[in-house]
Amino acid sequence: MAGADGDDSLYPIAVLIDELRNEDVQLRLNSIKKLSTIALALGVERTRTELLPFLTDTIYDEDEVLLALAEQLGNFTMLVGGPEYVHCLLPPLESLATVEETVVRDKAVESLRKISQEHSPVDLEVHFEPLVKRLASGDWFTSRTSACGLFSVCYPRVSSTVKAEIRQHFRTLCSDDTPMVRRAAASKLGEFAKVLELDYVKSDIISLFTALASDEQDSVRLLAVEACVSIATLLPQEDLESLVMPTLRQAAEDKSWRVRYMVADKFSELQKAVGPEITKNDLVPAFQNLLKDCEAEVRAAAANKVKEFCENLPEDNREQIIMTHILPCVKELVSDTNQHVKSALASVIMGLSTILGKDNTIEHLLPLFLAQLKDECPEVRLNIISNLDCVNEVIGIRQLSQSLLPAIVELAEDAKWRVRLAIIEYMPLLAGQLGVEFFDEKLNTLCMAWLIDHVYAIREAATCNLMKLVEKFGAEWAQNTIVPKVLGMANDPNYLHRMTTLFCINALSEACGQDITTKQMLPVVLKMSNDQVANVRFNVAKSLQKIGPVLDSNALQTEVKPVLEKLATDTDMDVKYFAQEAISVLVLA
Amino acid sequence: MSIRAMSSAATTSPSVDKVDGFSRKSVRKAKQKRSQSSSQFRSQGKPIELTPLPLLKDVPAPEQPELFLKKLQQCCTVFDFMDTLSDLKMKEYKRSTLNELVDYVTVSRGYLTEQAYPEVVKMVSHNIFRTLPPSDSNEFDPEEDEPTLEASWPHLQLVYEFFIRFLESQEFQPSIAKKYIDQKFVLQLLELFDSEDPRERDYLKTVLHRIYGKFLGLRAFIRKQINNIFLRFVYETEHFNGVAELLEILGSIINGFALPLKAEHKQFLVKVLIPLHTVRSLSLFHAQLAYCIVQFLEKDPTLTEPVIRGLLKFWPKTCSQKEVMFLGELEEILDVIEPTQFVKIQEPLFKQISRCVSSPHFQVAERALYYWNNEYIMSLIEENSSVILPIMFASLYRISKEHWNPAIVALVYNVLKAFMEMNSTLFDELTATYKSDRQREKKKEKEREELWKKLEDLELKRGLRSDGIIPT
Repeated sequence: MAGADGDDSLYPIAVLIDELRNEDVQLRLNSIKKLSTIALALGVERTRTELLPFLTDTIYDEDEVLLALAEQLGNFTMLVGGPEYVHCLLPPLESLATVEETVVRDKAVESLRKISQEHSPVDLEVHFEPLVKRLASGDWFTSRTSACGLFSVCYPRVSSTVKAEIRQHFRTLCSDDTPMVRRAAASKLGEFAKVLELDYVKSDIISLFTALASDEQDSVRLLAVEACVSIATLLPQEDLESLVMPTLRQAAEDKSWRVRYMVADKFSELQKAVGPEITKNDLVPAFQNLLKDCEAEVRAAAANKVKEFCENLPEDNREQIIMTHILPCVKELVSDTNQHVKSALASVIMGLSTILGKDNTIEHLLPLFLAQLKDECPEVRLNIISNLDCVNEVIGIRQLSQSLLPAIVELAEDAKWRVRLAIIEYMPLLAGQLGVEFFDEKLNTLCMAWLIDHVYAIREAATCNLMKLVEKFGAEWAQNTIVPKVLGMANDPNYLHRMTTLFCINALSEACGQDITTKQMLPVVLKMSNDQVANVRFNVAKSLQKIGPVLDSNALQTEVKPVLEKLATDTDMDVKYFAQEAISVLVLA
Repeated sequence: MSIRAMSSAATTSPSVDKVDGFSRKSVRKAKQKRSQSSSQFRSQGKPIELTPLPLLKDVPAPEQPELFLKKLQQCCTVFDFMDTLSDLKMKEYKRSTLNELVDYVTVSRGYLTEQAYPEVVKMVSHNIFRTLPPSDSNEFDPEEDEPTLEASWPHLQLVYEFFIRFLESQEFQPSIAKKYIDQKFVLQLLELFDSEDPRERDYLKTVLHRIYGKFLGLRAFIRKQINNIFLRFVYETEHFNGVAELLEILGSIINGFALPLKAEHKQFLVKVLIPLHTVRSLSLFHAQLAYCIVQFLEKDPTLTEPVIRGLLKFWPKTCSQKEVMFLGELEEILDVIEPTQFVKIQEPLFKQISRCVSSPHFQVAERALYYWNNEYIMSLIEENSSVILPIMFASLYRISKEHWNPAIVALVYNVLKAFMEMNSTLFDELTATYKSDRQREKKKEKEREELWKKLEDLELKRGLRSDGIIPT
């Protein structure tokens, strides 16, 4: 960056600053987003002495502009002359960290965290830490909220006296009288604990944690649950029972469902953090309660964790715990009144079969799968079907096929096209697991029916599905079962169906290979070039372009070329355009 | 992560039937009225037994206070209303007891012994304080969706009714009650304003208003907590059902502020009320909000400038509906503005109005053009036409030729005519220079582009150099 000072005559700061002050917000925003360009033009010296003071002084602007500014300043270290001068960036960022709008403030804090790493230890104590202190004791809650995010980045690199001050400031903010600040502190508690010395974790953090976890506002309490994971990971096993567990037990039974929801949502992390012994004694009953919670939100969150929780149980008596404690609750959830709970369960329940093994799966889980396959809510059925592979590995899919079929058929005809779309996407997977015979017999008609669905997205997905099936079952299968049907649609009175033929050919030609493409598909495409609907004709051009590479040069020259040339003189503009495009791509000119 | 996001995370995810863009909300509405109840009532299992007590009017007066306490204690029992079949008899018994208590506090004298206060507050607390359940519809839209009604309303309503009569009773003594109706009580009361049930919020409004009126020691605390609720609403969750109700209370609180206004109150205006305009669901409480703002300005006209600058800062960029609301509020403010204040903000204000007038959304343009039907605003414009006309002219001139909507064009002609009559010399000048002004603007635009191009070339060169590709 040597000699990087700007040329005054070319870029007077006034002109640049005019841009940053432009009346039009959009232009102002554009200029701010190119702030680094401006700084580059000014050079490091003038960026420090002129640009930054200007930015610091005129920070009243629209939040969108401020957000861009906060982001830019995080990458400004080199533009002010490197780490040695990085502290010049602190004043504008300090102002931004006190702004009301959360996104701006958060971005300013993010940038401050970033540049804190570029401060030397001395600069950190001389410039950065005083800033943190100023923010921490600011009048308005915004600056105190921002301070919460900065403690952990400077703590590890300052002297022990300053460390003591930082701990004190953090303590104060944890009992701030505005809940916004307490929430910010609670959300940074885990992160701060990680950089503290173990003794201070035990003496300071635990008491703060306990206090925040019993805050009068549930929005604060639930953040303490998150911190619980980090804190438990830091402490030695023997301290967990006395320092963490009382609070965690209380959280799992909190009167606010939001807190219980948080416990359920973080259950796997908590389980890992507290270890197998506490899991067995405490978390298993707590998990049972969450699965039986009176709020559906909580039950759904817990149901989502069933598989992970079971998987991570200590192996020595995993099966026994699942069979006697967890499975009875799971059974009840299968007939829960709330569809979100059932569908959360359906998305993980199949995973239990690998954990419990073949016999248990057949005896205990299979009835549950079958019940969920018949659930009134399509989402539940879909979730079961989408996870069939787990069961397939353990007991084979045949056990389910009798119930599977009606469920698939019903979903395939669901009134909501997104449901139909979802089931189409599982078709290749199902086909792979059920085998070609079962498929031909039961599912093939469905796959063909989707091709004439009245929703385009379904027809498109059906086309793509055919391609995947051909990849699975091979060209010969394609030739016998699907190609004739697809080509038959070329004579359909509905032009949308005729176009579907073309789309299928586009998708299938490669998988079917040169022979089938040339002998069976190409004649149909060529014939369709005389279609009376222009959309069909230009799709013919597109199809020819697509299947061209599969054909041999003889077919291209003698059959494709004349048709494209004719289409290139079509009366319709689009047909002409795509015909010409095809000619040039296939190099037929 | 916000609670709002969290609670919906549990229910939204791949919810198939919600994602379908074609399902009409009006169709969904056909569902039966939803009701809900707090979690604390459920899973008690056992039937509840209350021993029937004699009616208050049937016992001699000296025994009544004692019986009153007993009845209050009985009413602390809460029932599960989601289970419509359980405890039917006892539910009815509690209902009639509550009814009796409501009548009793309204007409009786000498019943309010000192021992009664904690019992009343306890009974009320047991009944009304509860964790509100998660919202059923994950994207509850109060304008479209039916609110979820509180299942235990048959009891809850009477409890609220009783509490209000108690607070309004002639015998009520705040000096005793303040031991029980304290900060913690108020805090829990405020949380209930998030209830989805509008009936409950309406009662809460009255209750809070009475408490604010009678407990001087709690006033600052109440204002501060409302502050916190609003700030959280604006900056964290964007979800709170009782904003309109709280603003309504504040409207009358502001009315009672002493002059000169304290710094705390001004801060509330600038840092809380103005940012409330940014919230997506503004339409649900805009009337109440605008009322509060105008109250402030009527108290202290010097606040006009910060208020209008605040509104301009948060002016909606993409939501035309909100823009119309802003214009409406601005007109309310202009109705009470002092001419000296008007001069201070006329430039930024009319730059915005000129943008609104040329909005392609005809409702926005129309709303802005209606200002010219307001006599007071017209008089202000006339006094300052030499400043305002040059700001407005280009937009008006352009839309008079370009706007797609004939009604807007007609309105613009009227405005232009009014300006011509106000200051014909300036008007003629502006008409004459219109073309050259536009050309000057274009030239400036081009210069800007060139400047940036040069700057970018420079960046490219420097960038290459610092990458070591071009040696310095």
